[in-house]
Amino acid sequence: MTTSQPALPDSILSHDTQVPPADVRPARQRRRWPLGVILALLFLAVLAIGLVVPHWLTRYDPLLSDVSQTLQPPSLQHLFGTDRIGRDVLARVLYGARYSLLIGLASVIVSLVIGLVIGIAAGLGQRYLNEPAARVFDVLSAFPAVLLSLFVVTFLGQGIVNIAIGVGIAGIPKFGRIVRSRTLQVRRANYVTHAVTFGLSRWQVFLRHLLPNVLNAIPVIATIDIGTAIIAVSGLSFLGLGPQPPTPEWGVMLAESRDVLRVAWWPSVFPGLAITLTVISISVLGKYWQRNFEGRPQ
Amino acid sequence: MHPLIKRILARLLSALLVLWLAASTAFVAIHALPGKIEDVLAGDLQYPGLREAISAQWGLDRSLAWQYGHFLERLAHGDLGSSYVMQQDVIQVLSSQIWPTVQLALSAGVLATVLALVVATLTAGRSRLSRRLASAVELILASTPVFWLGLLLLIAFSFQWRLFPVSGATGWKSLVLPAVTLALPLAGVLSQVTREALEQALEQAFVTTIRARGLGELALRLRHLLRHALLPVVTLGGWLIGSLLGGAVITEKMFGRPGVGSVTLNAVLSQDLPVVLAVVLLAALIHVVISTLLDVLYLFIDPRLNTP
Repeated sequence: MTTSQPALPDSILSHDTQVPPADVRPARQRRRWPLGVILALLFLAVLAIGLVVPHWLTRYDPLLSDVSQTLQPPSLQHLFGTDRIGRDVLARVLYGARYSLLIGLASVIVSLVIGLVIGIAAGLGQRYLNEPAARVFDVLSAFPAVLLSLFVVTFLGQGIVNIAIGVGIAGIPKFGRIVRSRTLQVRRANYVTHAVTFGLSRWQVFLRHLLPNVLNAIPVIATIDIGTAIIAVSGLSFLGLGPQPPTPEWGVMLAESRDVLRVAWWPSVFPGLAITLTVISISVLGKYWQRNFEGRPQ
Repeated sequence: MHPLIKRILARLLSALLVLWLAASTAFVAIHALPGKIEDVLAGDLQYPGLREAISAQWGLDRSLAWQYGHFLERLAHGDLGSSYVMQQDVIQVLSSQIWPTVQLALSAGVLATVLALVVATLTAGRSRLSRRLASAVELILASTPVFWLGLLLLIAFSFQWRLFPVSGATGWKSLVLPAVTLALPLAGVLSQVTREALEQALEQAFVTTIRARGLGELALRLRHLLRHALLPVVTLGGWLIGSLLGGAVITEKMFGRPGVGSVTLNAVLSQDLPVVLAVVLLAALIHVVISTLLDVLYLFIDPRLNTP
C-alpha cells in the first residue's frame, strides 16, 4: 500500500470539479435487479392488466357457462381448462384479480388508517393516552387474526365490504405498534426539538417534521402486509363469508372446486396458484424494497 | 421478592387486564348495535310481545351497567351463556367439540416447530446454494394459503394415491393431512425467523471458541445453537397459537372434521353471537395463558435476561 501509491487524479483534488469520486458511479451502475424481483414485477404486471382490462388477455366471459364444455382439462383452447359448468378457468382467474387484490388493499387501508390515528395519538399524547393505546393493541393481538375477523363479520354480516373491514381490524395492532414507537422516537429527535426552538407552531412541526418521518417506514410494511391480507380475505371468501358464487373471486373459486376435486384438479390448482404467486411476488418486492430502503441513510 | 416471581406476577396481572379488556370490548361490540340481539333471537317470527318476552328472558331490558356486571360475573364463574341457535350451554357445546381441535392444533404445532428447527439448524450458515434453496422453499410455504394447500394434498394423497381419507376424524390417518396442511405454512414462517436468529448467533465470538476447541459442526449446532434457535420460536409462540386456532376453522371445514372451528364457522353463518363470543374469549384466554407460560420459559432458555 505504501510502496506504490497511485497518483490521485487531479479532478478529485481540485475543488471546482463536478465529477463525483470515481468509485461511486460504477457501484450505482452495478446494482442490477435480482431475478426474483424481475419475475415478481412481471407477474404483478400481468395481474395489473387482469385487474384493469382483463378482456385483453382472454376472449372468454368469466360468468358465461358453456354446457358442452364442462370440466375440460387444460388445452390450447382453454389454457386453464373449464369448470363444472363450462366456464373458462383462465378468464375467471384473470377477472378475479380485481376482487382479491382490491379487497386485500382495502383491508390494509382500514388497518393503516385506524392504526395510524391511534398510534400517533398514543405516541404524542401523555401517559394517560399512551398506555391505554398500548393495551388496546395488546388486546387486539390477543385474539387470533382469523377469529377476530370472523367476530367482526358476525356483527356486520357477510359481504365484500365487511370482510375487508374484518381483516382490516385484525391488522390494526401491527401498524399501530409501529406507528406508536416511531412517533415516540421521532418526537424526541433533535430536528423536532430544533423546529420547536425555531418557533414553528405545533401544527407546522407535526405536518412538516413529525408526520413525514413517522410515515416513511409505512409503505414497505404496508406492501408486505397486502400479501397477508389477500390470504386472509380469500380465506374468508373460501368459508363463504365474502362474495358469493358466481363471483370469480379466487377464494370462492376454490370453495366451488371442492365438489369436483375427485375428477378435476385444474379448477382448484390455478386460482390457488394465482393467490400464492401474488403473495410471493408482493413479499419479494416488499423485502427488496425494505433492504434498499434500510440501506439508504435517512 | 425474587425477581423471577415478581416478573411472573407482573405478567399475570397484565394478562388479567388484557382478558378483562377483551371481554369488555366484546360486550361493547355486542351492544353497539341496538336491537340486534332480539332480532337474531326472534328470527323470522313476528308477533306482538315476542321481542319484549325475549328481552326479559335474556335480561336485555335491564340497564347496561347491570348487564355488564352480570356479564362479567357470569364470565368469572366460567359461564359463557347459551347458544341462541342450539339452545344449549355454550360451554357444553364447546367442550364436546374441543378434543378434535386440540389434537389437530397440537400435532400441527409440534410438526411445524420441529420442521422449522430441523431445516433452520441444518441450513443456517451453510453453502450459498442450500441457504437459497431453503429460503425459497420457506417463502413459498409461508405464502401458500392453508385452504389451497389442503386441496393440493387432497388431490395428491387422497384421490391420486388413496393413502389418506378425504374427510372425517377417525383414527390417526384422518389426522395426517389436516395437520400437515395446517403446519406447513407456519413452518415456513417459523423457519425464516429461526434461520435468521441462528445466522446471527453463528457470527458471535463463542462459536469461534467452540470450533477452536474442536467440537464438530453438528454437535455445535445441537448443543450450543439450538437454544438460540428456540428463542424466536418462543417469541412467536403467541402468534403460532393464534394461527393454529384460526387455521383450524379453515382446515376443519376443508376436511370435514368436527371441532371448535366447525362450531365457530356455523355460529358465524347463523349469527349465533354467544358461541362466537365464547370462542373468541376462549382463544384470547389460551393466548394469554400460553404467552405467559412462554415468557417464563424464555427466562430459562435465555439466562441473560435473569442478570439485571
